[in-house]
Amino acid sequence: MGIIITKDLRKIYSETKVPVYALNGVSVTIEEGEFTSIVGPSGSGKTTLLNMIGGLDNPTEGEVHINGVNVTTLPSGKLIDFRLHHIGFVFQSYNLIPVLTARENVEFIMQLQGVPKKERAARAIELLESVGLSDKIDNRPGDMSGGQQQRVSVARALASKPRFILADEPTANLDSKSTAELLDIMLKMNEKHKTTFIFSTHDQRVMERARRIITIEDGVVAKDEF
Amino acid sequence: MIIAIAWRNVWRHRLRSMVVMLAAALGIFGTLFMIALSNGVVEQKIADSIHNEISHIQIHKPEFLQDNVLQHAMQDAPEISNVAQGIPGIKGVSSRIKTMAMASTASNGAGVIINGIDPETEKLVTGIAGSVIDGTYFEGESRSPQILISRKLAGNLKAKTGSRIVITIQNTDGELIYSLFRVAGIYKTANALFDEPNVFVRRSDLAELTGFDPALSTEIALLLHRTEDTDKTVAMLEEIYPGLSILPWYVIEPTLNMQSGMMDQFSYFLLVIILAAMAFGIVNTMLMSILERTRELGMLMAVGMNKKKVFIMIMLETIFLSGVGALVGIAMSYLTITLTSRNGINFAAWADGFESLGYSALIYPTIYASFYFWLAVLVMITAMFASVFPARKALKLNPAAAIRHEA
Ligand SMILES: Nc1ncnc2c1ncn2[C@@H]1O[C@H](COP(=O)(O)OP(=O)(O)O)[C@@H](O)[C@H]1O
Ligand SMILES: [Mg+2]
Repeated sequence: MGIIITKDLRKIYSETKVPVYALNGVSVTIEEGEFTSIVGPSGSGKTTLLNMIGGLDNPTEGEVHINGVNVTTLPSGKLIDFRLHHIGFVFQSYNLIPVLTARENVEFIMQLQGVPKKERAARAIELLESVGLSDKIDNRPGDMSGGQQQRVSVARALASKPRFILADEPTANLDSKSTAELLDIMLKMNEKHKTTFIFSTHDQRVMERARRIITIEDGVVAKDEF
Repeated sequence: MIIAIAWRNVWRHRLRSMVVMLAAALGIFGTLFMIALSNGVVEQKIADSIHNEISHIQIHKPEFLQDNVLQHAMQDAPEISNVAQGIPGIKGVSSRIKTMAMASTASNGAGVIINGIDPETEKLVTGIAGSVIDGTYFEGESRSPQILISRKLAGNLKAKTGSRIVITIQNTDGELIYSLFRVAGIYKTANALFDEPNVFVRRSDLAELTGFDPALSTEIALLLHRTEDTDKTVAMLEEIYPGLSILPWYVIEPTLNMQSGMMDQFSYFLLVIILAAMAFGIVNTMLMSILERTRELGMLMAVGMNKKKVFIMIMLETIFLSGVGALVGIAMSYLTITLTSRNGINFAAWADGFESLGYSALIYPTIYASFYFWLAVLVMITAMFASVFPARKALKLNPAAAIRHEA
């Protein structure tokens, strides 16, 4: 049994003049501990798929099951809570709260979860150290490089002890050195803590590091290589 | 941490937030100061009226109120004076012979209210002695009896200190008689409406002229140490003298209290307008701030910040934004009002205008301390209402769309 199962996912954006068929029946199963990349050209439906899996948007048809829970039927209030406790997110940009320091950003997610203050502070510092940012703990995002900000985002995503982490083009705005560093950290977390990562990219160097590559084209799975 | 986030968010656009805060502060300052000024005007007017004109309590025979003639003398006058002097809280008692008369000079004539007073006891009750601006207040002797008239009347009659004035008056038998008075002094209070008709003479002179019993009076005026004791003292006297009309200042001059009530209503009206204007400014700023932060708000909801918390965050931001402005405005008002209430503000340039309407040109701004508190509460409530609209806008965001949003 996979921790993520999508069943014949379809998404049609119909607010536009011409309806956009973004997903046209995607069925994938992702197991615990995977390090999987969703690849495909721009506009192929990567973001749409990740949004459906992450419960950020509703599919037009089909189902998403996470840990056996059909999240497609969860009411929106429950869905927010579900995301908070089960899914870690890393976006391409605007990941962090700009008015909070790195440590506060990481702590914030735990505060939302109701983790006691002492535990929060200790865990935040530990996580920031593990992503190599022990010297940036009290910096605000504005005072950090893009790569550093993405590492804080990974630390933040890990802080909530999620079942898996969804990262939509996490390296799209990074130079190659920062990209390599970020991937090193993600891989380390995956190997050490068995954290499941699903990340999208259209960067050749990034997909090479994945252990499973799901290729999407025109809203359908074109290839699924292990 | 939501409180910290909200607070810091307010300062993300430092200049923009400060402009909104300053606008709120100035609006509140302007309103509070206006209210304090008008309070000051009204309170000063009440104090002036009590101390110069009507006193706290007046005692008459009920018939005298209908017809101010000497026949309605109070037989108990000497006793009332004595009793009143013994009541604690009473500062002064003036027992007067008051009636209507006609004053004329070679050039003009005017109806007047003639007050036959004992110059010394009158000093304890009204400020007429201190309002003399020319001549003297019943000093020395002269061949004709002395009269004190206002500058206003002096102008009308073309009289000055030393002039002679003929007073025509009904004696106790109802016959018209007249007599010559010499202007000993000219007075001026802050209220031209009072000044114009009132003239003062020695009660002994008036009694002699009219054949009135020098021991009696038509009016007894009482000044208290504290205005708050008025009702208590009236009740006490009414018990002793049930047959007399014993009136507190606000019944004698009901417009005084009405003015103060009207000023209150005006204040609240002004306040509502200012708060509404403030609310629009705040709503506008918050909407702008929400629009700018669409992606960030999408991210917050995506990672698990629930609607309640987003709502609270935005409400707190709105409250901080208005609260800081309001606090600054209240502090500015408090300082200004406290400072100016010490020495008053002199609107001397417009003194004639003020005084012809019966107001003093020296204004001591005052405001109840509780007013600041209620204003702060009102600002809070306004901010809460103002936050609902932007907060709802934020809550309607779909996280996926918000994150995709082009900033
Ligand atoms: N909210 C939306 N409204 C309309 N069309 C959309 C919306 N989101 C995405 N699309 C369209 O759906 C298709 C897939 O988009 P997306 O999932 O973002 O692809 P990718 O992430 O692979 O670039 C694209 O054609 C895109 O223009
Ligand atoms: Mg995309």
